[in-house]
Amino acid sequence: MRTALTSIKIPELGLVVLCGASGSGKSTFARRHFAETEIVSSDRCRALVGDDETDQSVTPAAFELLHKIVDKRLELGRLTVVDATSVKPEDRKSLIELARRTDVLATALVFDLPLALCLERNGERRDRTTPEHAIRRQHATLRRTAKRLRKEGFARVYTIGSASELDSVEIVRTKLWNDRRDDAGPFDIIGDVHGCHAELVELLGELGYDTSAEPIAHPEGRKAVFLGDLVDRGPGVAEVLEVAMSMVAAGTALCILGNHENKLRRALAGRNVQLSHGLAESLEQLEARGPEFSEQVAGFIDSLVSHYVLDGGRLVVAHAGLSERYHGRSSGRVRTLALYGDTDGETDEFGLPVRYEWAADYRGEAAVVYGHTPVPAAAWVNNTICLDTGAVFGGELTALRWPERELVSVAAAREHYAPIRPAADDAPRHSTRHLSLDDVLGKHHVDTGLMGRVTIDAERSSAALEVMSRFAVDPRWLVYLPPTMAPAAASRREDFLEHPDEAFSLFREAGVSDLICQEKHMGSRAVLIVARDAAAAQSRFGITNDDAGVIVTRTGRPFFGEPGAARILLERLREAAEAAGTWDQLGTDWLVVDAELLPWSAKSAGLVQDLYAAVGAAGTSVLEAASHLLSGARGRGIELDSLAQRTRKRAEHVEQYVDAYRRYCWQVEGAEGIEMAPFQLLAAEGEVLARRPHSWHLEQIDAWISASPDGFRRTDRRSVDLDSDASVTQATDWWLSMTEAGGEGMVVKPSSSIVGSGGHIALPGVKCRGRSYLRIIYGPEYLEPVNLERLRGRSLGRKMSLARREFALGIEALDRFVANEHLSRVHECVFGVLALESEPVDPRL
Amino acid sequence: MLVSLTSTTPDARDLGFLLHKHPDRVRSVDVGFGQAHVFYPEATQHRCTATVFVEVDPVGLARSQRRNRPGGLEPYVNDRPYVASSMLSVALARLFRTAMSGKCDARPELVELSLDLEVELPVVPVRGGSEVLRRLFEPLGYEVEAQPIALDTHFRPWGDSPYFAVRVSGRQTVRRALEHLYVLLPVLDDRKHYWIGQDEIDKLLRRGGDWVKSHPETQMISRRYLRFGGYAREALSRLAEAGEDCDAVAEHHEGMEQAIERPLKLSEQRLEAVADAVRALGGGRVVDLGCGEGRLLERLVAEPAVTEVLGIDVSIAALQRAQRRLSLDELSERRREQISLQQGALTYTDPRVCGFDIATMVEVIEHVDIERLDVLAEVVFGHAVPGAVVLTTPNREYNTKFEHLSPAGLRHGDHRFEWTRSEFAAWAHSVSDRFGYSFEIDGIGPQDPDCGSPTQMAIFRR
Repeated sequence: MRTALTSIKIPELGLVVLCGASGSGKSTFARRHFAETEIVSSDRCRALVGDDETDQSVTPAAFELLHKIVDKRLELGRLTVVDATSVKPEDRKSLIELARRTDVLATALVFDLPLALCLERNGERRDRTTPEHAIRRQHATLRRTAKRLRKEGFARVYTIGSASELDSVEIVRTKLWNDRRDDAGPFDIIGDVHGCHAELVELLGELGYDTSAEPIAHPEGRKAVFLGDLVDRGPGVAEVLEVAMSMVAAGTALCILGNHENKLRRALAGRNVQLSHGLAESLEQLEARGPEFSEQVAGFIDSLVSHYVLDGGRLVVAHAGLSERYHGRSSGRVRTLALYGDTDGETDEFGLPVRYEWAADYRGEAAVVYGHTPVPAAAWVNNTICLDTGAVFGGELTALRWPERELVSVAAAREHYAPIRPAADDAPRHSTRHLSLDDVLGKHHVDTGLMGRVTIDAERSSAALEVMSRFAVDPRWLVYLPPTMAPAAASRREDFLEHPDEAFSLFREAGVSDLICQEKHMGSRAVLIVARDAAAAQSRFGITNDDAGVIVTRTGRPFFGEPGAARILLERLREAAEAAGTWDQLGTDWLVVDAELLPWSAKSAGLVQDLYAAVGAAGTSVLEAASHLLSGARGRGIELDSLAQRTRKRAEHVEQYVDAYRRYCWQVEGAEGIEMAPFQLLAAEGEVLARRPHSWHLEQIDAWISASPDGFRRTDRRSVDLDSDASVTQATDWWLSMTEAGGEGMVVKPSSSIVGSGGHIALPGVKCRGRSYLRIIYGPEYLEPVNLERLRGRSLGRKMSLARREFALGIEALDRFVANEHLSRVHECVFGVLALESEPVDPRL
Repeated sequence: MLVSLTSTTPDARDLGFLLHKHPDRVRSVDVGFGQAHVFYPEATQHRCTATVFVEVDPVGLARSQRRNRPGGLEPYVNDRPYVASSMLSVALARLFRTAMSGKCDARPELVELSLDLEVELPVVPVRGGSEVLRRLFEPLGYEVEAQPIALDTHFRPWGDSPYFAVRVSGRQTVRRALEHLYVLLPVLDDRKHYWIGQDEIDKLLRRGGDWVKSHPETQMISRRYLRFGGYAREALSRLAEAGEDCDAVAEHHEGMEQAIERPLKLSEQRLEAVADAVRALGGGRVVDLGCGEGRLLERLVAEPAVTEVLGIDVSIAALQRAQRRLSLDELSERRREQISLQQGALTYTDPRVCGFDIATMVEVIEHVDIERLDVLAEVVFGHAVPGAVVLTTPNREYNTKFEHLSPAGLRHGDHRFEWTRSEFAAWAHSVSDRFGYSFEIDGIGPQDPDCGSPTQMAIFRR
């Protein structure tokens, strides 16, 4: 006699298959307990493809659609309820396969109601009825095959046996064991301990745990996370287990299962396992503690899960690592992969399995922390890190503080166990795998920390691909592209198109009152990516051609046609950073620097001559000739005063325009004559420096310039407090005098650099260009009142939106690069900036 | 923009009758892009000059250009307000409609009278320099004087601007002289972005009448008129570095390579050799990596042994040309399924190019930076893993045999390198070792005892 079914536990992520004859109440039940979108019904699919829920002729097409929907939903991790009769094993088989493919648990709900009830309900249906013989057959088939459901692959089977159960049973959604997203730690994740008890206690002490307490705990409530392989090989297996078991029981630690625990558990269960790889030592030590201890250990191991998803999904821990598609999933395959890693089925010369380098291909957003394979030193690769630094082999026991991402290690007291093969030393600090077109081509979304999801249209990606693949530098260098910058709204002042007033009020409205105004140099934008030496370039960027840096334009092309000039300038920068102590101060051997290179004519010689100088030459000549002819006619007494006056005015405009562009031109030869005006250090090892306040950047760069002044140009600046009229006036006067002397103008930025987050960020800066400079943008005659009035009607919305999105992508690229994420994750952001730059927008802004 | 027309045939003031503009008055009309004025700086019996001066509205002009050409973002900094161009032709037609139609009610006898005329154009853009100016005006009976205008007197090394101060003189009827200016100013300028519109072009050509047909440069005249056209690659053009026109640069490079190699008909031979190799390999499914405008694809689809072709190129413009060349839009569904074109780049892995029997790469690798060839090899041989690869590249040793090529020069402006035979062989070796292919190398084109063939081809087999 079975007890009445009162509740059904359904894993939050999984497949639920309703099995029952027509009329057994499946659809009504499903509608009562699940959201409409969670239910995939065969009737509904029939209607979708063939307009009629009962049309049996479209059944194959309807099921094809049903399977596709189920597959996609499971792939995306959505609970999915299949509402079809599913009475035959072959109907269920294809669904089980989908659950296996996507590594989710399948639950069967069997609607085993009396046949009479089914027939009665079927008869009551107004819209349609199923032939009675069909219902009889369905009912019999289900009865016959229901016993085998677990064997078919359903993790749980619930049978609803009566109408009252059907009405009263409740559905309880349960979390998967591995789902600890609610737990944000902070954590101290500890690599493979292998019985190194003394080292473990030392490490815990180092991490700030009170090791005299029982059980060991952290005064600030941090949690230790053991990555598995606590046992075997080392001298203190039992003691290590005691520490871990007591901490886990007290909630001061989490532990995941390692392959060594798994094997130990089988040995404890009396299974016939090889006593190799240090298992014999464990068994010996456990035996000495008596059978009760062994039982406790067995219970502890049984309670361990193979991986955890922690901290809102940002962190995944698994003994041997885990590819992204298996995070938070549950299946035999996931368990095996988490325990042993993915292997190619081959073994190496030491007889150990050759690992598939899942980390090299890893592109996930979650950081994956793992152990299992000893490495000489823990290092981030594509946002994954292996913490097994071979403590038991005489290496170190290593921990990672999360979310701080700091590494803490203690050296092993001695070599407790002889290694079979040397620690793998091939783990690179950079990604080695290639970029795929799927990462960039077509419509794309890039999730950014600053602005959420940024969308890149297919047409834009397509344009960017051509430039990126044909003209840009090696993508491994290209970790950043600068965003576009918008001007503030047009000024209403007579004789001005742009004026500081509007820049200030833009930030005032955004609630930002601490600003910095930086002199804007009229040259060409350049991003300098510089490593301390070629070895650093190789280890951090994977560049092997002996280059120790690149200078790129705002579209990612090499700044100089021949490599010599870039080398000289990079060396200049390197020496300045050396002299100012920047490398050591920041603990980095590479830097990304944002700068303007002068003169303008160096990079834009073609444009200067073909456009700017040509227009000047044409204007000067034609207006001179016109003046001459006009004076001839006026000499004859013809009334041409106002035309002559306008012509004179035009000639003056052209003259001032020629003066304006000439200021930005001088002869250069290679690097000779080039001046660098760096204004921001974007990133260095371990930190996106762009988050630091602008004053820090400028001080740092001032230090470079005073240490090594040749070939640099200082960026003048003024701090502005918008609440102080004096401060605003002072900055405005500074701008006026600078621009009247021919300067391009200034950029106004929030002092603290990045303001806001989560989709609402203040513009990182707006430019405010001088009257004289703007002649080369809007043409010689733009200041004529009739022209100026029309030019004020420019629309800025699109430009500002682009500026924000590109900025968010740029910072995201740096964040990802600094976090050692996969090259493709960095590249998609940089590619996105380039793609957005191909959007049509007024180029004069 | 400015032009002056001077008559020195007494009574020179008759010019006023012919132009229907009184020498002692100023006439101004609105010409859409600004105000055109006619006045006479000089009006004596021996010398009478009518000047047309157009005050262009630069902001209005920039905006109208933007409207006419979606996405075409011409800068406000623009020579148009100052130089004699098609817009001046429009102004002349507006001001002198009657004169150009050959009417002179007051003095009808003057219409067919040839006068000693001088035309002064202080700033004319001349594509092709003073030589073109002469070729256009001298056959019409003018003497031509042209002074180049320096770009910037402060920067002498920059040299001359594309503009000339021009003076042409000859004995002409006023009507003809106006017609000549009307038609030839846009031809001299030859700026495709500044055509007013299709109707205007038709009008200009009609105005030319008989003398255009008998002009020895009639071909140049009509060709330059036909050079306008859509700016297809707008998005790309916005990513061009300042002043660089991707299309123009690409056209220029292609032209250069063709000119160098043309005497050998090398391009044809290359395609033939590759198609032969594909046939010898047994055909099947073929992917052409870097298919360009589809010249090899065109041959491959005609091969009975080839069951499916995929053309990959990074350039959307090239793919559009290939689409037209292969008439893809007109093929039946069954044929259409056998041919496809996709944008792709060989420095990215691409699941769409996996699993083909043969991959062809005709003159492709030399367009990739040499440091990135490793990635290309990994993508093609390691990831796409075709059954065979047919690959061609120039043989640098042969360059000495080309007439139009300097000894150190490369055949194409975008070639990042060209290899000698031993360099190519070394690379083929390393690729075959790394990815488990065997290979053989052959030459395409005439075989020189010292330098080998102009093109080298490698066939890799798995």
